[in-house]
Amino acid sequence: MGRLAESKTLMSGNEAIGEGAIRAGCDFYAGYPITPQNELTAYMARRMAEQQRIFIQAESELSAINMVLGAAAAGARAMTSSSSPGISLKQEGISYLAGCQLPCVIVNIMRGGPGLGNIAPSQSDYFQATRGGGHGDYRCIVLAPDSVQEAHDLMMLSFELADRYRNPVILLGDGMLGQMMEPLKLAPFNSLKRGKSKQWALTGCLGRQPNVIKSFYMQEGQLEEFNRALQGKYKRIQMQQQRWEELYISDARVILVAYGTMARITRSVVRRLRQRGERVGFLRPISLWPFPQRAFRRIVERRPRANLLVIEMSYGQMVEDVRLAVEGRLRVEFLGRSGGGIPSQEEITRATARCRRR
Amino acid sequence: MKRIFSHPKALRKVATHYCPGCGHGIVHRLIAEVVDELRIRQRVIAVAPVGCAVVAYHYWDFDGCEAAHGRALAVATGIKRFRPENIVFTYQGDGDLAAIGTAETIHAANRGENLTVIFINNAVYGMTGGQMAPTTLSGQKTSTTPSGRQVSLTGYPLKISELLAQLPAVRYVERVSVHSPQEVMRAKKAIRQAFINQIDNLGFSLVEVLSACPTYWYMSARQAMDWVRDVMSKEFPLGRIR
Repeated sequence: MGRLAESKTLMSGNEAIGEGAIRAGCDFYAGYPITPQNELTAYMARRMAEQQRIFIQAESELSAINMVLGAAAAGARAMTSSSSPGISLKQEGISYLAGCQLPCVIVNIMRGGPGLGNIAPSQSDYFQATRGGGHGDYRCIVLAPDSVQEAHDLMMLSFELADRYRNPVILLGDGMLGQMMEPLKLAPFNSLKRGKSKQWALTGCLGRQPNVIKSFYMQEGQLEEFNRALQGKYKRIQMQQQRWEELYISDARVILVAYGTMARITRSVVRRLRQRGERVGFLRPISLWPFPQRAFRRIVERRPRANLLVIEMSYGQMVEDVRLAVEGRLRVEFLGRSGGGIPSQEEITRATARCRRR
Repeated sequence: MKRIFSHPKALRKVATHYCPGCGHGIVHRLIAEVVDELRIRQRVIAVAPVGCAVVAYHYWDFDGCEAAHGRALAVATGIKRFRPENIVFTYQGDGDLAAIGTAETIHAANRGENLTVIFINNAVYGMTGGQMAPTTLSGQKTSTTPSGRQVSLTGYPLKISELLAQLPAVRYVERVSVHSPQEVMRAKKAIRQAFINQIDNLGFSLVEVLSACPTYWYMSARQAMDWVRDVMSKEFPLGRIR
């Protein structure tokens, strides 16, 4: 226990995300206040200054995401964070970042909507995150942690994937994950020589031809060709970056599917039902885009008679991807609440029992 | 023999898409001349607007970045903060800088970002077909003010340079014009000053350039130049503002 206490530190999800960014080598942060992610902005204000990196409180979400675009274009590891209504405001910038193929990390600590909604945790931005949100045929990589530790660790991965694919990465959490505190094992500092490998970045054209960062293609056929190249990249990401966690699938009759905070509650229910000898399985998508279709195809092959129960803090968004992944070959049930409501262990247990009877 | 005039290195030898009589070509060239004279071509990063100058980065021979409509100064802030050794400027029209991008403009200026802003005021939206701009003159006909701008409905021509000049972190604001050779020389001097200020780390510098749009002023090029001299520069007086 003594050793454990030494190697771990207690942090909120918001702070753990901030420290993850620091250790991943984030050079530039711009943000705007919004609950329930304010601790992250405040943490970055302090830590970025300590590290002699750049922190800006912008005048708006629009400005923050466009500052990130500028810094990313100049070769920085850049990020912003916000919560649902603020993320809506960032959509224009995210579309441009995708169109300019610029790496960056965007943290969304989701709250209830639509509109101003409330500040309770929610998962109702799944469509916005995974479908694009802004205009045009583009995708963001979307990662959804379910613990403070994973939120911290996925920040490291987020910056790596952003740079590898020159693409925006969204870390999708919710108010619960942002606010709660858990013991955290800190990741080592990333020692990469930042900016060196970014031949495309704007640095001034000393010793090379000028670089231009743009998403604007006016000549006939150019934009279509560019879009084809983008789609090729998205296909590669789909092949290479599907991530998930699964438990007790091999003999499961009902498989519960959830992500983020909802997956924590669901996992507890699954463990309890297993202790009672019930053949219940658990699947947690970690990458929401690319959606882990491979995991579901395997279930279709290995457990062709299983029923799936998808549980969300929304009125049914990820469930659409689950249905697409199983292509109608498995029964898919749904349990969801939104606007501040979170499906309880009892509700999940009852819904699981209903699935089993079918 | 001493060479006294040549094509600027920082200006590509390509035809622009600008209309006859448009001021953009003149200002592009002035920027290129200043960049050459200050020997900063390999340090400069341009941020282009959305508007007629949307592909300005194809006309200059140095690094360039696109920005969404109105967001140039947020993008430039991101670039300059990360690369303070580079010389970063935005090139923006009146709709971009003084309508959709007003917040970005005022706050970048208020933070005293060490940036250079070249602000082209031609009193209309050119790219989209001659709609009313924030700087459209009272009574001026545009496609969205067909019987002339009525200030009781649409407000007054916005003097954003005078507004910005109130901010303590702003170093330099000057309004110039390119309607005559003499004014072009003055404009170049102001643009040069705005770049030198950045090189010397003196903070936010903006040069507003009154620029003709014969196409959407429904005038000949000559009439448009005269209109800048006789009408527009009365509403927007030339000279140093801060």
